[in-house]
Amino acid sequence: MTTATTQHRNFRRFDALAGAGAVFIMIVLLSGFAVPWISPYGSGELREDNLLAGPSWTHPMGTDALGRDLLTRVLYGARVSMTVGIGTALIALIIGTTYGLVSGFKGGHIDDFMMRLVDIFYGLPDMLIFILLSLLFGKSIGGLLVALGLVTWVRFARITRGQVLQAKEFVYVEGARAMGAPRRRILMRHILPNILGPILVTLTFSIPAAILAESTLSFIGLGINDPYSGWGTSWGTLAQDGWRAMRAYPHIIFFPAAAIVLTILAFNTVGNALRDLLDPRTR
Amino acid sequence: MAPFLLKRIFHGVAVLWVVATLTFVLLRLTPGGPFDRERKLPPQVVANLEAKYHLDESFFKQYLRYLTGVVRGDLGPSYKYLDRGVNDIVRDTLPTSALLGALAIAFALAVSIPAGLFAAYCRGSWIDRWLMISASIGISMPHFILGAVLIWALALQLNWFHAARWDALSSAVLPTITLGAAPAAYLSALLRSSLIETLGEDFIRTARAKGITEAGVLFKHAFSQSLIPMLTVMGPLTATLLTGSFVVEYVFAIPGMGRFFITAVTDRDYPLIMGVTLIYTALLVSANLIVDLLYGIVDPRIRSQ
Repeated sequence: MTTATTQHRNFRRFDALAGAGAVFIMIVLLSGFAVPWISPYGSGELREDNLLAGPSWTHPMGTDALGRDLLTRVLYGARVSMTVGIGTALIALIIGTTYGLVSGFKGGHIDDFMMRLVDIFYGLPDMLIFILLSLLFGKSIGGLLVALGLVTWVRFARITRGQVLQAKEFVYVEGARAMGAPRRRILMRHILPNILGPILVTLTFSIPAAILAESTLSFIGLGINDPYSGWGTSWGTLAQDGWRAMRAYPHIIFFPAAAIVLTILAFNTVGNALRDLLDPRTR
Repeated sequence: MAPFLLKRIFHGVAVLWVVATLTFVLLRLTPGGPFDRERKLPPQVVANLEAKYHLDESFFKQYLRYLTGVVRGDLGPSYKYLDRGVNDIVRDTLPTSALLGALAIAFALAVSIPAGLFAAYCRGSWIDRWLMISASIGISMPHFILGAVLIWALALQLNWFHAARWDALSSAVLPTITLGAAPAAYLSALLRSSLIETLGEDFIRTARAKGITEAGVLFKHAFSQSLIPMLTVMGPLTATLLTGSFVVEYVFAIPGMGRFFITAVTDRDYPLIMGVTLIYTALLVSANLIVDLLYGIVDPRIRSQ
């Protein structure tokens, strides 16, 4: 049987893990956006005398097939991944939460119809919809953000609606209604603040999901493909470059791949810790 | 049972219709046509091609033609593979993808059931903690990276397997692990938490009071209760497997439906994109239907409803 003390110790252990995750995310975020100032190399600076070099002091992650510094490229990639991850999560948050609030609060036939629609989207494989939508919205970061956001919002809609349905039954909401508070006020002041926890957890988990989807799409060649964008190359595309040279030069796929896995892992640990913190039942 | 089944089948057909319609509209809205080439084709050639594939008809007429075709079981011609229709391509590639998916589910269950039971049995110990840490790494690992790691270590370094071949049973080992790892990790974490939750119930206390060993309580009494949450995620898990199969088939060069889907998107082979999308949806709808039917078998309370 787990005693209170070991439970407490477990919790603190995971807290430390989540803390490490949060620190890692901050480092990736900051260095990704500061890379034009901190890297001595440009993202597209070619060096013909130094192709496919292994890791060294001047190039900590080595160089790629065109002699570009891999660390610099990975950091530019961090900017792409973070933009896609956080941007997608925010788009989905705005659409999904609004949808869920309306659906849960209105109830009845409107709710039935709105949720039927969500169920259809929710059941389909994400990647299938991403790929179909990316055909329509093109292969820029903006297009991918819209495509990913249009898939991810259903998660927020479902969570929000479920929470609203629960919160509607709370005594203080009934009290506010009895005192004649207008519906908008009940929704915004009494229900929304109380359901922020689960929405925050969903937000934390949808960032790594978007990063995963984006890098996978870019790896199979259906993601961001905008060679003239100075914004950076996706980690998925970097991994694809390394994949072709894996037999002889494994370091080129290793570093972008490690960046993807560690970032997703960091977000997931933070998400788990947040969920445990906000919902003591799952601890 | 029969009305329930009919209702679910009707619902499934409705989902298929919605997906078919949305995909059809989406592909027609997509900028650029299927016959755009780097070098522009002569207008007469384009006109002939469009007439051949009925692209010169009105939007609504094309839509009706496509739907009647689908109802008759004809998914249309492929723009890219001139000698093969979409039906032929699906017939050739679906068994490969289905085999890979079935192997991955078998792998996931074979790993997650012992791992989940074991983690729940020694909950709080270092074994439990390490199992759960590996589970969260497994969930965070993209298919293409796991595939690359396995190929690099087991095929290129140790030479135990071939990097990309699809001819013998041994060539299915690495793709199966790659596709099944995330579901295995997810299912073990789910099984563990559901087992631990069940262990707090009254009937478990009764079982313990009767003197049944901890392992007996876990296997006999708690495990059967955990089958429902396991079943619940099987539907979404099928969706994850389908998604994963695109990437795994790409990485391991397996001639399955997912790889054809990716090339169809690059080639703008609209009927092939539509056809594969519909097949995927149909697979998903049937998987959910099977899960619903299994609920009734696992839990008699649901059957009577």
